[in-house]
Amino acid sequence: MKRILALILISIIGSTAASRADDLPVLTVYTYSSFVSDWGPGPAVKKAFEAECACKLNFVAVEDGVVLLSRLRLEGASSPADVVLGLDTNLTAEAAATGLFTPHKMDLSALQLPIAWHDADFVPYDFGYFAFVYDTTKLKNPPHSLADLVGGASSDKILIEDPRSSTPGLGLLLWIKQVYGDQAAAVWQKLKPRILTVSKSWDEAYGLFLKGEAPLVLSYTTSPAYHIIEEKKTQYAAAEFPEGQYMQVEVAGITAHARQPELARKFLTFMVSKKFQDAIPETNWMFPVTAVTGGLPSAFPPLPKKTLMIAPEDIAAHRKAWIDEWLAAMSQ
Amino acid sequence: MTGLPGAAVAAALLLILGGALAALIAAAPPDLAAIAADSYLHHVLLFTSLQAGLSCLLSVLLAIPVARALARRGSFTGRTLLLRLFGLPMVMPAIVTVFAMVALYGESGWLHWLMANAGLSTGGFLYGLSGILIAHIFFNMPFAARAFLAALEAVPGESWRLASQLGMNGRQIFRLIEWPALKGSLGSVAALVFMLCFASFAITLTLGGGPRWASLEAAIYQALRYDFDLGRAAVLALLQLAISGALLLGLHRFVLPAPVALGLGRPIARPDMAGQGGLALDAIVIALAALYVGLPVVSVIIAGATGSLVGVLTAPATWQAAGIGVAVALSAMLLATFGALLMIAGSGRLSRSGPFQFIASLPLAASPLALGAGLFVLLTRFGGTLEMGLGLVALINGLMGMPYIVRVVAPAFRDSAERHDRLCASLGIAGWNRWRLIDGPLLRRPIGLAMALVAALSLGDLGAIALFGTPNTTTLPLLIYQQLAAYHLDAAAATALLLVALTFGCFVLIERLVGGPAHG
Repeated sequence: MKRILALILISIIGSTAASRADDLPVLTVYTYSSFVSDWGPGPAVKKAFEAECACKLNFVAVEDGVVLLSRLRLEGASSPADVVLGLDTNLTAEAAATGLFTPHKMDLSALQLPIAWHDADFVPYDFGYFAFVYDTTKLKNPPHSLADLVGGASSDKILIEDPRSSTPGLGLLLWIKQVYGDQAAAVWQKLKPRILTVSKSWDEAYGLFLKGEAPLVLSYTTSPAYHIIEEKKTQYAAAEFPEGQYMQVEVAGITAHARQPELARKFLTFMVSKKFQDAIPETNWMFPVTAVTGGLPSAFPPLPKKTLMIAPEDIAAHRKAWIDEWLAAMSQ
Repeated sequence: MTGLPGAAVAAALLLILGGALAALIAAAPPDLAAIAADSYLHHVLLFTSLQAGLSCLLSVLLAIPVARALARRGSFTGRTLLLRLFGLPMVMPAIVTVFAMVALYGESGWLHWLMANAGLSTGGFLYGLSGILIAHIFFNMPFAARAFLAALEAVPGESWRLASQLGMNGRQIFRLIEWPALKGSLGSVAALVFMLCFASFAITLTLGGGPRWASLEAAIYQALRYDFDLGRAAVLALLQLAISGALLLGLHRFVLPAPVALGLGRPIARPDMAGQGGLALDAIVIALAALYVGLPVVSVIIAGATGSLVGVLTAPATWQAAGIGVAVALSAMLLATFGALLMIAGSGRLSRSGPFQFIASLPLAASPLALGAGLFVLLTRFGGTLEMGLGLVALINGLMGMPYIVRVVAPAFRDSAERHDRLCASLGIAGWNRWRLIDGPLLRRPIGLAMALVAALSLGDLGAIALFGTPNTTTLPLLIYQQLAAYHLDAAAATALLLVALTFGCFVLIERLVGGPAHG
């Protein structure tokens, strides 16, 4: 039986190692799992880039954007990653501080971003806004502002995510911090009775919402567009708040020790071209950073009137204290 | 078989566990003062201990009458199926369980709907301590019931003959025969259940309603992800290990040696089965247990069958993911089985308290996330490559599987040793011959059950694979997350059904192949 064990282990290691026998240069891109899934932009992006780069594009996918940075830090300079795609603006300051990234040196003035972009290391590839999504057939009286949500009837429960394990969860924490500042802890205590539960991830929270557990869920302004385009369902809507919607920008960067720096630069240029950007709206369900062929789908919402965003450096400096404050308020 | 290979495995296990955590601490020395002063951590330790204690107590207390009823009714239609069903909850992936609990007990669940139609307003009760307990009992009660059933079925026929002759009633039988039989595995099962509930993550967070009831694992998650405080993660993991380890040691004193019984090894009718009252009570207990365990499984089946099952079954990605999962699960299973059996054999010969068994149980209390990160640091330090990722996943799942094998097989092994050691010594039967003639046939069933458990657990694992994700290594649990992330709830439901069916299939197949067909 020991021989069988050895055989199985060898065959596993062998079969994964066999995929390396190719003469083309290989560009290794670290990203998150949903980007490379059959429903994400990954397959289309791989095909389009390989058609023009005379190379092999190798995606390595981990759980999500946060694990992406952890993984890179664990590997350090020995990481095989040439490009890291999928960090967001809540992580860029810390990512840059690791010294594991190199400046992109690209001219990004043509990008259509609603905010000015000055980051030397990271290139944005899409963006979105956090919002409370609700089912119009179930919630007759949706909240009209963040204040409304915080002070509203506790019978209309909301589903949120944990800021320690989820990007939207952290987004809401920062959203409330930016709007309420020092009052944030008090606001969380006031909001607490309305919260049905705090999920580990967006997937769980949104799944519970679609199953009808609560009429409101923390998601993105673009979520209703998915239901309109893919399912022809028009009952979902995102509440717009006059205090503003918190923005998330997803970015990619070239690693300082990239084995294929030229290919990596080529990939980032490709990333902000139409071929890549065309895939974004209806696979990643985020806003593209350039104009796309045929314009945005009509089901996409307009950009919010007011954008909220805390500077990445401030987030890096205070996040731990803010999460501790949240934990204290929420676990009482 | 001497204790030497067992000691080698135990040493290797300690080396891997210790090495992984030491690597994290070496990479980033922890701020111990900050950890000691963290008031949220104090809260977590208190609440998680409370939650795990309650979950464990209820699971074990409920499992005893269920096991007793099943032992008394040795043959009824569907008994075999029911016992197989009992193997399922413990190996269901957390996310599938969460959705199954929600479908049943949630705000829009069946129970709520039923009560509302009957004019009863229940109000929400799923999110909070109650939700955690409901899910943890679902996870652990069936496992405990199966372990207790095995203990009851091992009661020698002479005991029952004696009980008949003495005209014992139900209470006397429980006190004099069943309780002593249960006691042997009680501490061991309780410790296992406590450890699982203590380290539970997705269940305690989502069904607990928020960070109030979240476990230490959530704090480890934060330390490893955002703060990238490796040392802190390692210290938290050690804390989790220490608390579970202390409990394990404490309960070990209650794992009393079973009385030496020279049984004939064939079943003899129990004297307490004839009464009508007893029959009705057993029927009710068995029916309630079947409903409690079966309904969530039924909800998974309904959700999957009404989801996009055809689309999922015809997608090549589905079968590739299933294939990778099975390959990893079989590797993990063989690894865990060999390691654990060597340790059990070693401990049986060296001493009765079984330090090896204690060591073999430790991986269960180790945070899979911290363990994974530590092994990752070691791997990169020693020049490992991405391609070794899957092997590492199999290794971690194998380590995580060892405690199950030890817990399930060790009592039977000890029993066999007590019955046959003197005989074997006087006849000079030892080593392979002894295994082939004496221990093997007796231990087949528990080993089969344990191996099936490990393979099934590995199939449903998400923790290890999410961190080491390498090119083209999506497993079914990961696929479910990808589908959910892409809003494809119906596809995720169908994949969940496939995963549960595959897990169940593997479980039954392995249990039959290894344990023999006489199940039941």
